[in-house]
Amino acid sequence: MTARGLARTFRARRGRTVEEVTAVAGVDIDVAAGELVGFLGPNGAGKTTTLRMLTTLLAPTAGTATVAGHDLRTDPAGVRRRIGYVGQSGGAGPDCRVRDELELQARLYGLSAAEAAGRAADLLGSFDLGEAGSRVVQTLSGGQRRRLDIAMGLVHRPPLLFLDEPSTGLDPQSRANLWEHISRLHAEHGTTLFLTTHYLDEADALCDRILVIDRGRIVAAGTPDELKRRVSGDLVVVGADSPEVVARLATDLPGEQPAVDGSTVRFRTPDGAGVLPALLRGMDAAGVAALSVEVRRPSLDDVFLTLTGRTLRDAEADVPDPAAAPVGAAR
Amino acid sequence: MTTTWLIFRRSLRQSLRNPAWVLIGVFQPLIYLALFGPLLIPVVQNTPGFPPGDAWQVFVPALVVQQVVFGTLFVGFGLISEYRAGVIDRMRVTPASRSALLLGRSLKDVVVLVLQSVLLVLISLPFGLRAPLGGVLLALVLIAVAGLAMSAASYALALRLKSEEALGPVFNTFGLPLLLLSGVLLPMSVAPDWLYAISRANPFVHIVDAERALFRGDLGDPSVLIGAGVTAALVVLCLTWGIRTFHRESA
Repeated sequence: MTARGLARTFRARRGRTVEEVTAVAGVDIDVAAGELVGFLGPNGAGKTTTLRMLTTLLAPTAGTATVAGHDLRTDPAGVRRRIGYVGQSGGAGPDCRVRDELELQARLYGLSAAEAAGRAADLLGSFDLGEAGSRVVQTLSGGQRRRLDIAMGLVHRPPLLFLDEPSTGLDPQSRANLWEHISRLHAEHGTTLFLTTHYLDEADALCDRILVIDRGRIVAAGTPDELKRRVSGDLVVVGADSPEVVARLATDLPGEQPAVDGSTVRFRTPDGAGVLPALLRGMDAAGVAALSVEVRRPSLDDVFLTLTGRTLRDAEADVPDPAAAPVGAAR
Repeated sequence: MTTTWLIFRRSLRQSLRNPAWVLIGVFQPLIYLALFGPLLIPVVQNTPGFPPGDAWQVFVPALVVQQVVFGTLFVGFGLISEYRAGVIDRMRVTPASRSALLLGRSLKDVVVLVLQSVLLVLISLPFGLRAPLGGVLLALVLIAVAGLAMSAASYALALRLKSEEALGPVFNTFGLPLLLLSGVLLPMSVAPDWLYAISRANPFVHIVDAERALFRGDLGDPSVLIGAGVTAALVVLCLTWGIRTFHRESA
């Protein structure tokens, strides 16, 4: 999958004036076959809009893309045959039977009735939905429902699967279970996966590579480790009765200048655990007692903070009111 | 074709899972039949300008048309909840024909409408309705086509507005004048000239006139041809709009 300058603007009405709102400001995306790529960003960053463009649900206002070997603009039908898409709100009819929905989805991709029945049975088995087949969708648990959504995206065995916020709204246990299914799908079938998430731990746990998007632009790309390395080292937090002495000692260490906050001193240094013994010896010699010591490996949240100057949580709070939904498409 | 059938079957299964709704749809016209119909009997006899036929031949065909406006026009609400559940997007990422996604649903609505109309006609028999079978069958065909148009229009509007809060007022604003100006309760032939003139712009008035003629067995009446023409135009217009809406990549 290759996208160049993919962009989307909406016309939104605010009071009496109609203004152009840029949802995605032109993104370049490259995903190789067999990769598991995460699209990380706060809510409202443009993740879903990008995904809807890549899956032919939304026409881009600018840019080009080749998805699963087919041109998005000239051959959307070709793209549709080769991709699977699992939207944020799922896609199974709440008042339909689980097996009916799976079989119907397979038939919409042109499979025969017999093939569709076989495919549905296989998927029910591999997604632990065996006994749920004859139940009505709305009676499923959140985790089962999500697994059904993914199974529906896989009925035609697409080489490329898009997942929009797969674990949103799930309890921790169902999330862990879902991650297992996703990892297994990737490992056993070599399916290329492109998923959006605003959970750092999800991107960290699942993805080979992460694209970070903020305000409609991709601000960073790399493996989770590469991204974390962009943050200058580990965070060391020392609590002491004479923090200024600790700060002075820390100034001599490689890395950032320390910051004092009350009785705690924070600083970043490439090898946090390595510098601690010397620091503690220095504090001992100066007669300063350590109250607490903590070394934190950089997280993706730190990465986001470094890249955008905001934490992911702050960025979520910045999101404009979703009620200002697009009223019409700008073409 | 296959896709239309598949979507039709899915849609029908959903309706069969809640058969109560089909009956509730007949309930309202039934109330009209029982509580308003008897009032019409003396009115029909004593008012000049009423179309020919007895009270039931005037009123029952109108109630059948009313089901199109107040039943089929509301199917869009169901589509919005499906849209919200992601069903529409999930179907639109498949290579399935977009017109089939609409037609399958609309044809189910037509089947429900015809079923309800048959039920209504049967229930009207003990009230005193007498109508020729051939005329009634033709009337049902006309209703089916009008229902197809309204269903497509309702889905198109629903998919463009995407919210029940927006859809409700639109239906109420247009539904009531459309209904009053169609001569369902009292025929427009008793209306003052200005009101009669306005009502001619309403496609439903022509459908009601045609239905009444068919229920009388007056197949040669010019209103039958006019009604059929108006219905045909309506269905072409609404289906085109509906299919275009399902095609829109940004819908």
